Amino acid sequence: MTSSVDAETLTMLKDVMEDDFDTLITTYVDDVVARIPRLKAALGSQNFEDLRHCAHSLKGSSSNLGALPLADLCMQVETLAKEMCVEGVEPLLTQIETEFHQVKAQLEAF
Amino acid sequence: MSESVPLTILIADDTDSDRLILETIVKKEGHNVISVCDGEEAVAAFVEESPDMVLLDALMPKLDGFGAARKIKELAGEELVPIIFLTSLTDTESLVRCLDAGGDDFLSKPYNRVILKAKIKSFRRMREMHQEVQVQRDQISSHNDHLMQEQTIAKQVFDNIAHTGCLNADNVKYILSPLAVFNGDVIVAAVRPSGSMMVLLGDFTGHGLPAAIGAMPLASSFYGMVQKGFSMVDILREINQKLKQILPIGVFCCATMVDMSFSKRKIKIWNGGLPDCYLHRASSGEVEPIRSTHLPLGVLDNMSFKDDCLHIEMEEDDRLYMWSDGIIESRNAHGEMFGEERLMGLFKDSASSIPVFDRILTAVHEYSQGERDDDLSMIELSMADPAAVTNTNLEYEPQRYGGMLEWSLDLELKPSTFRMFDPLPLLLNILVEVPGLRSHSGTLYTILAELYSNALEHGVLGLDSEWKKTPEGFAKYYAERKTRVDQLQGGYVRFSLDHQVMGDGGALRIGVEDSGDGFQHRENINNTHKSEGYSGRGIPLISTLCDSLRYIGSGNRVEAVFRWDADD
Repeated sequence: MTSSVDAETLTMLKDVMEDDFDTLITTYVDDVVARIPRLKAALGSQNFEDLRHCAHSLKGSSSNLGALPLADLCMQVETLAKEMCVEGVEPLLTQIETEFHQVKAQLEAF
Repeated sequence: MSESVPLTILIADDTDSDRLILETIVKKEGHNVISVCDGEEAVAAFVEESPDMVLLDALMPKLDGFGAARKIKELAGEELVPIIFLTSLTDTESLVRCLDAGGDDFLSKPYNRVILKAKIKSFRRMREMHQEVQVQRDQISSHNDHLMQEQTIAKQVFDNIAHTGCLNADNVKYILSPLAVFNGDVIVAAVRPSGSMMVLLGDFTGHGLPAAIGAMPLASSFYGMVQKGFSMVDILREINQKLKQILPIGVFCCATMVDMSFSKRKIKIWNGGLPDCYLHRASSGEVEPIRSTHLPLGVLDNMSFKDDCLHIEMEEDDRLYMWSDGIIESRNAHGEMFGEERLMGLFKDSASSIPVFDRILTAVHEYSQGERDDDLSMIELSMADPAAVTNTNLEYEPQRYGGMLEWSLDLELKPSTFRMFDPLPLLLNILVEVPGLRSHSGTLYTILAELYSNALEHGVLGLDSEWKKTPEGFAKYYAERKTRVDQLQGGYVRFSLDHQVMGDGGALRIGVEDSGDGFQHRENINNTHKSEGYSGRGIPLISTLCDSLRYIGSGNRVEAVFRWDADD
């Protein structure tokens, strides 16, 4: 099974965050949950700036949590948005949603 | 030590989870955290809290990290507030934007605690160094202001002293940088009561205030003494001694001093350590160098100081040039010095209609391409018509500056005074009020002391100098002297002093009269061998010190004349 989160990163985070680790996971998950609809909306209205910004933030926070495949998907969206390219964004958003579910499951199990 | 003091760190990030991680890490490092969600809040928090360091996300709503960084750097002014961009941006363009906006560094995601800790530590050190540099810069700047202010005041004081002279006289042409006092160059000129003009060009070692400090006593001694009629030798000695006392070792004053006697068409010159002066003869066109034969002023103590001067005839159209080393040491672009040969060559150019003074200035200026103009001090003197010089000094008042010139004084001492009081210091104090007599105070003391003891001991007290021929008699003489003074009922000693100005000098007439019976003075005066014994009233000695000595009447009155000449 391919891992959606990097265990080493998470171990380090847990060590740093101590009691706040759970709060961090919740905060992250809530943030992503809020951002996915914004990504879709931005794509719908072809607001590339918003799309790019949102993907960028999601990329950053995901990488901080060790969710590297998700961060990579976000980066692809960010790149396309920067080039103001619509093509291929929608499938990526779908992949992001799917990947996030795995990430969420693995984070909550950690 | 400073690493234990917590910093206040502003964190601006719109992603809650990222901010949470960062806050936690920074807090764990022991710092205080201010946490905000966008650029506007970041600027507001910066104003409010004055954090020591800012961690700034690049992409944020409202005001992004770039805009916030610019504002914060602007608000911080001269203070160094390190800004670390939190970014997962990796393209060069974005990173350059961060730096352009005032960012000092980056921290990429995922955050690494060890790296963040190291960055905070290094920026703290940079910030502290920056603060230290600023404090030192401010100190240097304030010291510099202070120094400039002091120099301005010092220059004013110096100008006030220097401008009392006669540098504007017709026969004087000179150039001196406006800030010369701080290059260590000084020119002073003044006219003596006798009408001769004294000029001194000095070049102190060093620059700045140390060089200027010595110029003050030099100028004030010079002007004070020239106006009182002191001789050049007295003035040189006084300045030398004063500088020797005041200046630290290694600081001294190369100087040339000249006394121009217009009536005699002669100059008297002393050069201590300056380059050769040139005497340019109008008739032959020849240049006579006047070499330095002495050490600079302020080097030797008074005993070792040599004051011998050169006496030189100088015609009306002859010119005397004195300069500091600025001229011959001027350098061209290749670092070569102007040198004496080049300088001498300027005098030989008889075809030129331009005055030598201007020729020299132009040549040096062209040679050095204007590099060392500030360091040139030069003076040209000519044998002006004495009347012309006097006219430029109309405001000169000998009575005001001249000390005592013509005067007389009578003083009678009576028995009670003989017992308690030694009149010699009092008389000597009065005599040295005549500038020309000051350097002879030792001689005058000897004369007065001999005449007084003769008048008191032999005249008033009637002691017999024959007693002093044997050691036993000597003791008896002084015992008897004390007894007789104590018992004395009557008698007197009268001093009458009279001083007259004569040419460049003067004559002091010292009369001493006592109430005694007088003595066989003729024998004593003629006997030059009498000084071998214990007695003899010291008359041969006095005779050699005075210009004339004569006893009057029965010998209870004596008159000595002491002449002095300012040219001595």
